[in-house]
Amino acid sequence: MESMGHPEIYPLVLTTKTQEIFNCRIDEDVTDEQPHKLIKKQDILEDLHNRAAVSDFHPVKKLVQEYPGDELLLVYDKDFKYGLNFYLIGTEEGKENYLNPPEVPEEQEEYKEYIPEEVYAYKPPVSKPWVSLGSEKEIEEESVKGSTKQITYMISRKRSEFGAPIKFHDQNASSVKDAYIECTAYPDHIFTLKQLEKDVGMQVVPKMNDTSTQTRWTYPKNAATQYYPREFSEEEKESLEQSKTLSDFLNNVSISVEIALQQNEITNTFVDDWKYLAEEESTFGDKTDTHLKEYQSFTDLHSPTEKMITCVSWHPTIYGLIVVSVAVRLSFEDRVHFSDKLLLQPSLILFWSFSDPIHPQLMLESPEDIFCFQFCPSDPNIIAGGCINGQVVMWDITAHADRIENIKAGGSRSKKVTLKPMFLLEPDSNKEAMYIRHCAVSSIENGHKKVITDIHWLSDHFEIKLSKGETSLDHCPTKISLNEDHILYKTQDKVLAQSKAMKAGEVNPYHNLEGGMGNHLKPIDDFCTKFFVGTEEGEVIYTDWKMERDPETGRLMTKKPVSLYTVHDGAVHTVQRSPFYNDIILTIGGWNVAIWKENVMTGPLLQSCCAPKRYTSGHWSLTRPGVFYIGREDGYVDIWDLLEKTHEPTLSQNICITMITYIKPWTFSPKQQFLAIADYYGTLHILEIPWTLSHPSSSEVLSVNYYFEREVKHLEYVEQRKLIREQEKKEMELETEQKKVKTYHKSKEQMEAELKMDYENYLELERTILISLGLIKVSEKISYMDL
Amino acid sequence: MVVNAEGIPIRTTLDNSTTVQYAGLLHQLTMKARSTVRDIDPQNDLTFLRIRSKKHEIMVAPDKEYLLIVIQNPCE
Repeated sequence: MESMGHPEIYPLVLTTKTQEIFNCRIDEDVTDEQPHKLIKKQDILEDLHNRAAVSDFHPVKKLVQEYPGDELLLVYDKDFKYGLNFYLIGTEEGKENYLNPPEVPEEQEEYKEYIPEEVYAYKPPVSKPWVSLGSEKEIEEESVKGSTKQITYMISRKRSEFGAPIKFHDQNASSVKDAYIECTAYPDHIFTLKQLEKDVGMQVVPKMNDTSTQTRWTYPKNAATQYYPREFSEEEKESLEQSKTLSDFLNNVSISVEIALQQNEITNTFVDDWKYLAEEESTFGDKTDTHLKEYQSFTDLHSPTEKMITCVSWHPTIYGLIVVSVAVRLSFEDRVHFSDKLLLQPSLILFWSFSDPIHPQLMLESPEDIFCFQFCPSDPNIIAGGCINGQVVMWDITAHADRIENIKAGGSRSKKVTLKPMFLLEPDSNKEAMYIRHCAVSSIENGHKKVITDIHWLSDHFEIKLSKGETSLDHCPTKISLNEDHILYKTQDKVLAQSKAMKAGEVNPYHNLEGGMGNHLKPIDDFCTKFFVGTEEGEVIYTDWKMERDPETGRLMTKKPVSLYTVHDGAVHTVQRSPFYNDIILTIGGWNVAIWKENVMTGPLLQSCCAPKRYTSGHWSLTRPGVFYIGREDGYVDIWDLLEKTHEPTLSQNICITMITYIKPWTFSPKQQFLAIADYYGTLHILEIPWTLSHPSSSEVLSVNYYFEREVKHLEYVEQRKLIREQEKKEMELETEQKKVKTYHKSKEQMEAELKMDYENYLELERTILISLGLIKVSEKISYMDL
Repeated sequence: MVVNAEGIPIRTTLDNSTTVQYAGLLHQLTMKARSTVRDIDPQNDLTFLRIRSKKHEIMVAPDKEYLLIVIQNPCE
């Protein structure tokens, strides 16, 4: 009702009945001209009383009751200006206003005409009395007034005291009474909280005490205990043996023991069938790949003359290091011819490493060309070599061991892939690879006279004394012992010129060696002192070092050889023990190969037939017991596998174009095995052995052993057959003789009759021939017969 | 070999040092084995002891007073 801005207007709805009662019917009492009607308050109240809630004035009941005046103004709202058809003006002022409306609407009409006919007369605003609308309350609330009464003080002092200097001093407040009022803090029990629960962390630290004691050993005493087992004396033993208790015991127990023994004989209960079922482990690499693969090759590019490699050895401990001895490739006459030139060049042993194929790591110098060398098995820094002139040389490379051990890094060496010409390279190579001189040389007078063809280290439990008598002989093995190391080495000669082979029946076998003798040997590790020697003539001798006393002269003499066989057609250059069996020996020479067993004296176990090319080097395989490698003079490597074929090589592969001078295999890991092949032109080829050739099958050792045993039996059989054959031969001869004798006993008459028959046959034959020739007429013949 | 209850060999086919060694060691082992068996079940007793190793088999037949020890190489 107040929303329209006229708080005194109260819109009403008056029904026709109400309109009749109050005489304000629309269009009769209340029209456009006169829309209002004054109604008495009393009438409205009566109506309200009479009709209560139904009365139209019910909404304004309160207003009517509070109305100060007597009459209320009711206005007909034709235009529904206030929402309903009638409205009631609630205040006297509003009534007055309505009844006497101000002239504002007239002015507004004048403005609307827009005819400024009259000059606007300025009327100064007339101040009207302020009508309070309630804002003064707010202002009063917000305004700030002084709440207290203000006091004024007037303070005066003597004028002379103004501006005088003032001195301040301190004073303790507590000294003056009532100078201050304090409010001390006191624990007020109302406000204290008692903590009933508390989170506390704790740590346990063990108490540690370090103490030590020391005992004093006042009287040091050595104490030892020795014991021996209790034993019965012989009589006691016998008496016990006779006792009945023992016999009863044995009777009781023997049954179960026999059962147990038989069980073991019948079957092996602990056999793992699964293990024996699997034949091959998973192979590494291609199974069908059986060829040797080229891995690397080394050639010495620095040497001016052509060289050949005489001996190859792998370093026993360092991976990838291979040592090669090179010699000048000249025959004996050429050597003598060029001997002055040869003196200027050092003879070398080269150390090659896989990581650097161009520069050798170390070079060992020697006075003459080395023909063979070996690493000391107990100390890989000592190398012993045998020279062409019979000297034995030793090197000690302990000082340089770290250089060759760090080869793998490769970083320390600057790999100058040089384009410099050869002569500029020389100082560089001198810096990089040092020449190491030998540390011990055998003297020429006391040493050998001929080429040393093989050299071996002996295990150090050999001690042999050097005796003058031996060295006076020209061609005998010299044994020198080095007391510091207890290492012995022994070498043997090779005589080139003399070719007359002495027979095995000679007294002194080492004189035997004068004629075309020995090279490669095979010493034995245990206390047996026998060894095999292969000679230049192709013989294989099995003999003994030990000296024995000759009963006649009383001197120490060397023994006769146990056996001697001429098996090979050329010089025997390889005599080698199998790494798997102690008594199997491989000899290679000339055009064939032979395998021997040590105590079998009848002959070689296996002797191959002649090969198309000469065999020049060979070696057992290190991992497979039945495999060995042979190098030929045309650069082929023959690989023999005894389990596959024994009459010819299993595999033949070409490595290089010239004669192979040395073969040496070496195992670095189960998966990697290398074969070093040295050839006549001075190149060292390293080949990788494929899986099939390096990995033995599970029972290969046994199988090859069986093979050898079979061969031994075969040899025995052959021996026996020989005997049998001899016997048979004898018998056959007897028989033939008997037959001959029988023929003589034929009777003479029979012989004459036979002769006559023959003669008559002959006459017939003669006649028929003459007749056919026409020399005798048939009629004459008949007449001759008739006569 | 035949060994008495204290481990002293009575009769043997091997050499002396081996015999003595075997006798001493196996005697102790048999005692231990027997005590083991009887600890588990006092009514039980050791009748036979077989020790199989890689190279051979050792068989021990115990008794109250003596011990028979046999060493055999099994068939493989």
